[in-house]
Amino acid sequence: MIVNEQLAIDHGLKKDEYKKICDLLKRIPNITELGIFSAMWNEHCSYKSSRFHLKNLPTKGKNVIQGPGENAGVIDIGDNDAIVFKIESHNHPSFIEPYQGAATGVGGIMRDVFTMGARPIANLNSIHFGSPQHKKTKNLLRGVVHGIGGYGNCMGVPTIAGQTSFDESYNGNILVNAMTLGHVKKDKIFYSKAAGLGKPVIYVGSKTGRDGIHGASMASASFDDKIEEKKPTVQVGDPFTEKLLLEACLELMAGDSIIAIQDMGAAGLTSSSIEMASKGNLGIEINLNKVPCREAKMTPYEIMLSESQERMLIVLENGKEEMAKKIFDKWNLDFAVIGKTTKSKKIELYFDEEKVADIPVNTLVENSPMYNRKWKKAKLPKKIKIEKEQFKTLKVQNVLNKILSNPNVCSKEWIWQQYDHTVMGDTIQKPGGDAGVVRVHGTNKAVAASVDSSAVYCWAHPLSGGKQIVCESWRNLISVGAKPIAITNCLNFGSPENEENMGEFVECVQGLGEASSYLDFPVVSGNVSFYNQTKDIGIKPTPSIGGVGLIKDYKNMVTMGLKASDNIILVIGKTEGHLDQSLFARDILNEKNGPPPEINLFNEKNNGDTILKLIDKKFIKSAHDVSLGGIITALSKMCIKGKKGVTLKKPNYLINQFEYLFSEDQGRYIIEISIEDLENVTKILQENSVHFDELGTVNDDNLIIDDKTKVSIDDLIKSHTTWLINYMGN
Amino acid sequence: MHSSVITFPGSNCDRDVDVALKKFGFKNKMVWHDDVELPKSDLVVLPGGFSYGDYLRCGSMASKSKIMKSVLNFAQGGGKVMGICNGFQILVESGLLPGVLLRNKYLEFICKNVFVKVNNKDNSYFKDDKKDIYEFHIAHNEGNYFCSNEQIKEINDNNQIALFYSDENGNINEQSNPNGSLQNIAGVFNKQKNVLGMMPHPERMIDPALSGEDGSIFFENLINNLK
Repeated sequence: MIVNEQLAIDHGLKKDEYKKICDLLKRIPNITELGIFSAMWNEHCSYKSSRFHLKNLPTKGKNVIQGPGENAGVIDIGDNDAIVFKIESHNHPSFIEPYQGAATGVGGIMRDVFTMGARPIANLNSIHFGSPQHKKTKNLLRGVVHGIGGYGNCMGVPTIAGQTSFDESYNGNILVNAMTLGHVKKDKIFYSKAAGLGKPVIYVGSKTGRDGIHGASMASASFDDKIEEKKPTVQVGDPFTEKLLLEACLELMAGDSIIAIQDMGAAGLTSSSIEMASKGNLGIEINLNKVPCREAKMTPYEIMLSESQERMLIVLENGKEEMAKKIFDKWNLDFAVIGKTTKSKKIELYFDEEKVADIPVNTLVENSPMYNRKWKKAKLPKKIKIEKEQFKTLKVQNVLNKILSNPNVCSKEWIWQQYDHTVMGDTIQKPGGDAGVVRVHGTNKAVAASVDSSAVYCWAHPLSGGKQIVCESWRNLISVGAKPIAITNCLNFGSPENEENMGEFVECVQGLGEASSYLDFPVVSGNVSFYNQTKDIGIKPTPSIGGVGLIKDYKNMVTMGLKASDNIILVIGKTEGHLDQSLFARDILNEKNGPPPEINLFNEKNNGDTILKLIDKKFIKSAHDVSLGGIITALSKMCIKGKKGVTLKKPNYLINQFEYLFSEDQGRYIIEISIEDLENVTKILQENSVHFDELGTVNDDNLIIDDKTKVSIDDLIKSHTTWLINYMGN
Repeated sequence: MHSSVITFPGSNCDRDVDVALKKFGFKNKMVWHDDVELPKSDLVVLPGGFSYGDYLRCGSMASKSKIMKSVLNFAQGGGKVMGICNGFQILVESGLLPGVLLRNKYLEFICKNVFVKVNNKDNSYFKDDKKDIYEFHIAHNEGNYFCSNEQIKEINDNNQIALFYSDENGNINEQSNPNGSLQNIAGVFNKQKNVLGMMPHPERMIDPALSGEDGSIFFENLINNLK
């Protein structure tokens, strides 16, 4: 095949990028080399539009062992224990083929974690679909949920938390973000940096097939009318093989024979071999005839670009091949020595005794394109003057019912009941709480994790939205009694070539960075997914934040269910009555404009730290952060979980009842304390200058608001649980 | 008391059962599916998971593993064999227990707490049981028990049903049947009652911090009965 500019463009490269390749090589690349460049230089692998901005994120902290740049981030949780975690998108494949797209997303992120030597201990996911009325939504939702369950359940890793939302901006581009946490001993972490010359390069796992070729390139382009033709670019998952691969790798990792290890994810053998060589500043030579293939007559081009799943590349110590092979034989997995490390600093590929590629590693990595793309700054929208006259026609009970049954608020039990959330015997907080919590096996420690996003806020004002999600993640961890440690982010945006979309990215990242820096909640891993758009229409900007925190003694974990009658309910943080962009404004008043709630990082940190102090002193019986739907929605969920009611009276300082109950001011929590502790708790809150309202008391059976509205727990449960079950039709 | 837990390729509750057995006093050994001989055991457990990826039929390939010959001999000699979830499916496929396990009625994986009613206490698993109704956890895609009319008659005649799905008061009805199981069957014995297969996972409920503690009662009773 003749390589020319047109063929390069067909591979997703730009004209000037092709010219740069020819200049770097000082010749025209052959077809295999062109394939390799296109795979390494696409948006998904090279981060060419995002690198410029990502470098400003805070990535260091006293608990950070490994920040971005490895397969996953690693944090220290004391006693030689570390947690490895990362979130990653699998948006494009999941829209084309929901089951396999979602399944392989889960498989891929688990591989990233166990590549580092960690046993996966929890999965989470953040999934976003188009309007419930859109004809594709139901099938996509069903397929994605089945896919996530199909893979995670078979692996025997509990899925402990997640987030599901619906918004018409995802009609043509759903989002599937999968996150995994793993546990590893601090002195047994494995990295992808190759070292030493003449070391054997080993291929293990599944055989290489023709599936997923150019998957990463597909994920770096917008969708058009020919989307169905892209099905062959979606990989097919085999969780059974991955389970074997996990056990075999951990068995090999127990010894000391591995120098470097890297999973074959996006761009398969290409990116894994190049990454290892680049980090080790050396070369790799591979004989492609030795690569185990599933199909006959695969070409070097196909072998290098295949995204077949469940494969790993390992650089081994000399002389350990036999021992390692025995382990993979035991688990019935392929094992092949396919090459060696060299001092050439080049990727050299041989096939049928011919050299089929010869590329200096630095041309693929350091010299890959980086763009500082044009972007447009977003203005803070003007505050909307909401006519309070219209509140007079509203009844609290009807509004509450409508909000609790809103697709973005209602119970997602239909979804998480299809995920095994209890396997491994350490899940102490199941899905449906503020964060999922698993014990660190065999210890008193527990790890809490939550995944959050607020596309509406980010869309209304990216800078505020970016800050808000980090704060929400922080609050969710605090609410279960965990000290927040670090985050991973999955940045889902439209086309970076569109100035507005690029602006959303830049400002969300800026907001995210400001908040995580202020809260000392650094970013240790993540991924960027651009081109979430069909033709010219991009999704609402949707950065997903996966937060991880530590509970030193799992017995001190807090849940949101109300515990006992006559206990006191306090609202922590000040309610200003901000309704713009709230669910109440958007859903009840049909007002979609205005700024999102403001973030005050000082209050956010101060309120959170103070709550942790109260939890530490065992004053808090239950806690929940206030988010979508405001105080009354949060309180209703606490009633539902605990099967208790609350008698509440709105404080006098805010006049309007709807503003108090449904506004979405930030930095707030609801806590339950016993009456005997009220004095002590008040003292601590005042000492720390934390604003709080005494809202009411717990009762046995009804939510009673200002003596006028009375809703039974059964009615709250009904409002909250029926929408999704009815929608899915069983 | 000595127990053995068999690990098949794709088993994923083997560690959980190991933890549970040890917690309640068993000296447990993990046994690889490719081994030929069972270690000295008072109880053999086939754990949950996705042996061989549940490809072909759940439990079918695992039932042909090398170790299963020894398990069959052990069971035929009166040895106690317990299969949980995928282990139950393997026992059915190996012929040690009657019937089959079909896909759940709504074709969806189910992970939740359920109540089960003990039907037969005249055996080593539930003898002297203080409880009639347990709250257990299920997590499966194929737990819909089914068998022929002749088989179900024989099962009932021999009092082989071990557990029924019920409500918390022990009522056995359609509302309390999570997966469409014939007669709400959650677990069955072989004729001699030394082999038990059940879909629920008692090993996931052995600590107040987990889904509940009824599993602790089950395991404590079990080890006392085997002594």
